[in-house]
Amino acid sequence: MTVTGFFFFSIAAVVLISAILVVVLRNPVHSALSLVLTFFSLAGLYILLNAQFIAAIQVIVYAGAIMVLFLFVIMLLNLDKEKRVGEKHPLQKAFGIAIAVFLLVALGSIVAAGVLYGNKGIHTEARVSAIGNTKAIAGLLFTDWVLPFEIASILLLAAIVGAIVLSKKEL
Amino acid sequence: MDLVIPKIDVVSLGPELILSIAAIFVLLVSVFLPKGRKDPAAYLSLLGIFFAFVSSIFLWGNPRYSFNNMILVDNFALFFNSIFLIAAGLSILMSVNYLEEQEMSHGEFYALILFATVGMMFMAAGSNLITIFLGLETMSISIYVLAGFFRRSNKSNESALKYLLLGAFSSAFLLYGIAMMYGATGTTDLKGISEYLSKAAYLKDPMLLAGMGLLLVGFGFKIASVPFHMWTPDVYEGAPTSITAFMSVGVKAAAFAAFVRVFLYSLWNLQPDWNHVLWILAVLTMTLGNVVAISQNNIKRMLAYSSIAHAGYIMIGMVASSELGTSGILFYMLAYAFMNLGAFGVIILYGRKGEENLDINDYSGMGFKYPGLALLMTVFMFSLAGIPPTAGFVGKFYIFSAAIKSGYIWLAIIGVMNSLVSVYYYLRITVMMYMKEPVKEFAGLKWSPSMAIALIIAVIGTLLIGIFPSPYLDLARQSVQLFM
Repeated sequence: MTVTGFFFFSIAAVVLISAILVVVLRNPVHSALSLVLTFFSLAGLYILLNAQFIAAIQVIVYAGAIMVLFLFVIMLLNLDKEKRVGEKHPLQKAFGIAIAVFLLVALGSIVAAGVLYGNKGIHTEARVSAIGNTKAIAGLLFTDWVLPFEIASILLLAAIVGAIVLSKKEL
Repeated sequence: MDLVIPKIDVVSLGPELILSIAAIFVLLVSVFLPKGRKDPAAYLSLLGIFFAFVSSIFLWGNPRYSFNNMILVDNFALFFNSIFLIAAGLSILMSVNYLEEQEMSHGEFYALILFATVGMMFMAAGSNLITIFLGLETMSISIYVLAGFFRRSNKSNESALKYLLLGAFSSAFLLYGIAMMYGATGTTDLKGISEYLSKAAYLKDPMLLAGMGLLLVGFGFKIASVPFHMWTPDVYEGAPTSITAFMSVGVKAAAFAAFVRVFLYSLWNLQPDWNHVLWILAVLTMTLGNVVAISQNNIKRMLAYSSIAHAGYIMIGMVASSELGTSGILFYMLAYAFMNLGAFGVIILYGRKGEENLDINDYSGMGFKYPGLALLMTVFMFSLAGIPPTAGFVGKFYIFSAAIKSGYIWLAIIGVMNSLVSVYYYLRITVMMYMKEPVKEFAGLKWSPSMAIALIIAVIGTLLIGIFPSPYLDLARQSVQLFM
């Protein structure tokens, strides 16, 4: 196993375990902290893919800003441990696990066996390192992808308006 | 590194830009309007919708890619634009008095409807999976908020929460599908994918097929097809009625626009693979929608199941995979917009705060007390059931005949049998209105000019398209010529 392979598998294991913990842990603060760990280790995977800019953004925006807000809200709301509400159908869990395993095997085998046939892009590793990671992304974002970039701004505006509409005490 | 700035073709974005500016303007103006009297914001939105409509007409007949192939402004997109604008306009007209009565008159309501419409337009015009996804998210996030707009109503909150959770889940499926498509073909451009697939060397690539399946799940959720329909009745029931109307027409039309463009154009070479799946889904969707609608006693839930059934009929047009079938889809969507918005308009007008009159029994005897309103409801119900001379009949006729021409005779037979089943529950409302004694006191209708205009437009649309269908069918034909 190469060094990159070793790092990939160990970081991927951390991502998966902490992601499962987010769902399994009953204490909301513990869940949120595992989510921070998930985001951090995802940033590690991005670095392995030579996407340093995305990795930095991942740490700054997700692991930093968003998760800190998350934790603040959880602590301010003073949430207790999650309690079971309502009756569950006895077979629900069995079905859920069966479908999850099926999806894991189906998608996993496709992804594992998938030899990528598709056209390769022009941005090879060498080219990106020559231009600089951030510069390459910015170049694409403001030329070819300028329209999606602007649509995203409308999306965010709608989301901000929506958040205020739903949560402000007096409209 | 040289940056080549693509040509900024603002004209091709005309309708979207006008609506976005109108939405921001509505937000700004509504701050200065007195509390509870925000109807000028509604009229401002209608003005924006009108100008967006005009600019769509100017773009007609001159298809062009712009912004480096991110969008394709062709007749197909513009035809759907007009459906979205009709849905948004009529929903706003129906909302003015409804919101005041519910003491929820806020300018943000209209701004969010406009933002949702912008998202729908990007879905219809998107020629890149990323544009389509961003359009879908813009639309969905606005609709999640609108579904929960009545913040003090538990049902409205339940509706928004269910839609948000399941919608986010389905967006993840769509996004995973896009990622797999990208992995398999190396591009997210619809034209690029179609060119790649036409080389036909890797059509059995499992990643390609899995990506297609996940895209099917994502779109299937938004059009409310079985088995991704679970959210529909609860969300439609709890959302404000004018938003239910907007959702059932606008969201469905936008999802079908993107669905048709991706599957019938981009993934055309995989047609033998997806056709069987859609065949089965269409039958399941029609049958489940119609059979379950029979047992509903809440009229909004009944119309929710009916909208599932209509999604099934429209999917027949996709299975047919012909120019006739696709133009049938466009025509059907236009007809469905008028008749369904009209039916929800009657429901809004018949109810009031604290007494929504949503139970089907509440409609008994209504025909004697309010003959005009009952007549309108009868027209809309006849049209939804597909009885001539209404728009619904012509729409079904074109879709089923397209299926027969493409050789799907059994599918057409199942469709006709399903629409026979649907006659039962649509006519049940009519029977209630005209042949039953009233069970309760009527509190009087509060006609308002905007609601009257909305209902008149809806009923004229339903009858006009039903009696003189050929000009609209010609428009629909011109809209699909490009990609067949």
